Amino acid sequence: MSVNPELQGRVFAPAPPYLVGREKVREFARAVFADSPINLDPDAARAAGHADVVAPPTFPVVIQEHTLAQLLGEPDAGIDFTRVVHGDQRFSYSRPIVAGDELTATLTVTSVKTLGPHAMVTASSEMLDASGAHVVTAISTLVVRGGE
Amino acid sequence: MSAPRLDSLSVGDVVAEREFALTRDSLVRYAGASGDFNPIHYRDDVALSVGLPGVLAHGMLTMGFAVQPIVEWAGDPARIVDYQVKFTRPVVVDPETGAAVTVTAKVGALTDTTARVDLTVTFDGATVLGKAQAVVKLG
Repeated sequence: MSVNPELQGRVFAPAPPYLVGREKVREFARAVFADSPINLDPDAARAAGHADVVAPPTFPVVIQEHTLAQLLGEPDAGIDFTRVVHGDQRFSYSRPIVAGDELTATLTVTSVKTLGPHAMVTASSEMLDASGAHVVTAISTLVVRGGE
Repeated sequence: MSAPRLDSLSVGDVVAEREFALTRDSLVRYAGASGDFNPIHYRDDVALSVGLPGVLAHGMLTMGFAVQPIVEWAGDPARIVDYQVKFTRPVVVDPETGAAVTVTAKVGALTDTTARVDLTVTFDGATVLGKAQAVVKLG
């Protein structure tokens, strides 16, 4: 099985909206050793000018997982999950994520490159809030190791 | 909290340093919080069966904590407007002794409104992230 080069440019249907919960933000913050009170304490977050606790910078990975699942599950993608290694990751924000946000993520495969038996798939998940305004884009490159 | 002043910074300044002590508990906690239940992050037998030296930390866990010294320095997680890394080497987490990962954050570039802070993230004498850069909005 090899990665389908025609994936490049494919835009997926938006994933179901993700409601950012305060306790989920706090759970994630503790898991990444984030000890800023702005991540954990709604009063501290409000005092800093935010509507509620602010998610740590890498929190969108939780939402990105849902879009990458769409990609890996695409019947013609040719991506064997057991051969996937995470190559790189980026998050580019227009504004921070706060608890209460409802985010809708849309995945685009921006590039598929083959290097001998291996392939590198770059996928971009653009996350918009309930008003349709851009919040953050999460970009992942997955390295798919070639088979025998 | 007050943000660091841009005009007080110079390229090359070390703004934060911290050591993180990872244990297997850290990996289980991150698996639950993130939803990444790949067994190579908690089962030795599975990790060994796919040719790994042992159970590895999630790359996204390392990315997640490596930025925290910058957040602490910046005073507000909302000031991180862009953050990227390349995953270059795994962090093997011993079941008994865990893994010690050190993070050094240094100013890499400055604009009128932002500082790019570059991270050096080291485990067992080698760097584990490449091109690890956070853009921090200041002032």
